[in-house]
Amino acid sequence: MSKELSYLEAIREALAEEMRRDPKVFVLGEDVGPYGGAFGATQGLHEEFGDMRVLDTPISESAIVGISIGAALRGYRPVAEMQFADFISCGFDQIVNQAATLRYRYGGRASVPIVVRAPSGGNVGGGLYHSQNPEAWFIHRPGLKVVAPSTAYDAKGLLKAAIRDDNPVVYFEHKYLYRRAKGPVPAGDEVVPLGVAATRREGDDVTLVTYGAMVTPSLEAADRLSKEGVEVEVIDLRTLLPFDKEAIFRSLEKTSRVLIVHEDVKTLGIGAELSAVIMEERFDRLDAPVMRVTSPDTHPPFSHVLEAFNLPNTDKITDALRRLAAY
Amino acid sequence: MPPIKRTKFKLSPEQLLEMFYWLKLIRAFDERLSVLVKQGRVRSGVYTGVGQEAIIVGTCFGLRKEDYICPLHRDLGSFLMKGVEARVMMAQMFAKRTGLSKGRDSALHSGVSELGIFGNTSMLGANLPVAAGLALTFKMEKADHVVIAYFGEGASNTGDFHEALNFAGVQQLPVIFICENNQYAYSVPIEKSMAIDDVADRARGYGFDGVAINGNDVLAVYQATLGALKRARGGDGPTLIECKTYRWHGHSEHDKAFYRTDEELAMWKSRDPIPTFTTYLRARHVLDDKTLNDTESRVAATIDDAVEFAINSADPSPQDAISDLYA
Repeated sequence: MSKELSYLEAIREALAEEMRRDPKVFVLGEDVGPYGGAFGATQGLHEEFGDMRVLDTPISESAIVGISIGAALRGYRPVAEMQFADFISCGFDQIVNQAATLRYRYGGRASVPIVVRAPSGGNVGGGLYHSQNPEAWFIHRPGLKVVAPSTAYDAKGLLKAAIRDDNPVVYFEHKYLYRRAKGPVPAGDEVVPLGVAATRREGDDVTLVTYGAMVTPSLEAADRLSKEGVEVEVIDLRTLLPFDKEAIFRSLEKTSRVLIVHEDVKTLGIGAELSAVIMEERFDRLDAPVMRVTSPDTHPPFSHVLEAFNLPNTDKITDALRRLAAY
Repeated sequence: MPPIKRTKFKLSPEQLLEMFYWLKLIRAFDERLSVLVKQGRVRSGVYTGVGQEAIIVGTCFGLRKEDYICPLHRDLGSFLMKGVEARVMMAQMFAKRTGLSKGRDSALHSGVSELGIFGNTSMLGANLPVAAGLALTFKMEKADHVVIAYFGEGASNTGDFHEALNFAGVQQLPVIFICENNQYAYSVPIEKSMAIDDVADRARGYGFDGVAINGNDVLAVYQATLGALKRARGGDGPTLIECKTYRWHGHSEHDKAFYRTDEELAMWKSRDPIPTFTTYLRARHVLDDKTLNDTESRVAATIDDAVEFAINSADPSPQDAISDLYA
């Protein structure tokens, strides 16, 4: 892990390496071919791997996923790109009804090793249909795995693990991080295992659980609290389904307090589930109610003023941490 | 692209009698299921194809083991012709552990990859993008295998239909789209769901040929399929074959089908594919009384054995409700 890459370059490198390693891996989606993808994630791949392994498709999200499922049933490992995570609703049925249920209704005799890459998240001025965080829709569907990296290292390592996984994986890559997150990446055959959280900062007073683009403001808020004598442990979930319950519980043993931070809206976001699980299984370890900092229950607006109002940030997280520490 | 031509074919007496056997077996299987529903032995999920058997027999008869089928909910017979034992299909309908899905879902929501059978969801038309994905892999491998994808005229109004046919046309995939036009989408007659007379016309919009044929004539279906198979295997891309037919029963066994007249049903029953084919075979001295009796005894023995096997099979274990979700 010598060289440093951006989050976006890390995704590209994961795709290229997996395609070189396994001839059954191919990518498909809108503009992924010679153009290299709307964000450039597949740049250079068409040149190296050709038309049939870097497949430009019509604007047909449902077919993109359905085609991936068909190919997966014949032993391929397709990586489908949704141009924006917002558009995944057009492929929803194929993901939640076709892919997620297939192994179950086949009596365990088949699996669907597809990855659906979905550029998600706001703070990029994208407005209602270029900023969404639809991860909770998929966390609600048994049979899927859901991934959301926060660093270049994980962007590469988790994508490689997702491609090698035998189950359908929805991989949410945060657009805000594409060029802002930079760092070392795994080398060679190393992957970041699915289902394992990372502790980004250790602390004994409050546990903060988050993922994706919310990790950085969470760490900034934790640094502020540290100056006030409160040590916050920051857990980056990395995989949202299945989420690493034990990592949260281990931290809770020390802290007795949990704050959940996500960019997705509050009602039935993953914070609701995490909070319920903590309450059900570790009620006696809590010294305070589980709290959440999330976007309000509204849509991601276009105006900078409106979007800033919605998005969690370092100040909002700091305030919540102070309230939780003082509870 | 060469236009669809009448393909010459020659079937031996043995082959013709095999076709006859399949027609009789598929009819008998569905009719027994219908009785089993009325007896309360099969709970639900029975969507018979009584009256439509010629389509399955005519399309499956010329297939190879490597070819793939993507049946719709009335195509139980295609599972049998592609190699699933009658007793396994019956156990599937009885929701027994010995069925394809271990009791997790009824009807045709399960598949068998080794036999080239895809099992669709209840979302009609959702099998078509998957069919395109399967066919894409045949193209990638430069293999001369073919995918046969079935759908009703009702499903030709879904987005998945148009996305799949468009992609198949663009990529010139080895896939044959078989429309079972049985005049009703549940209760809605074709004139209330389409502004054109023939589903076959829709193929032209995607750059390949469509043909409308008599779906109750097993040899006409076989002949059209042979032509389409030749095109697909030779790299000349997809074909749409619209088979005009009629379902004798309601949409499901619980549907009384009051939306159609007795006269209409009687008219279509006069076009029953089985007596038509019987007359043909007798006129050519392929079928005599003894062969007919032998065939009927063989069919009855197969169905009786299947029902006995299903009844004697164990229910799933309760824990099967939560297993086989992930590979």
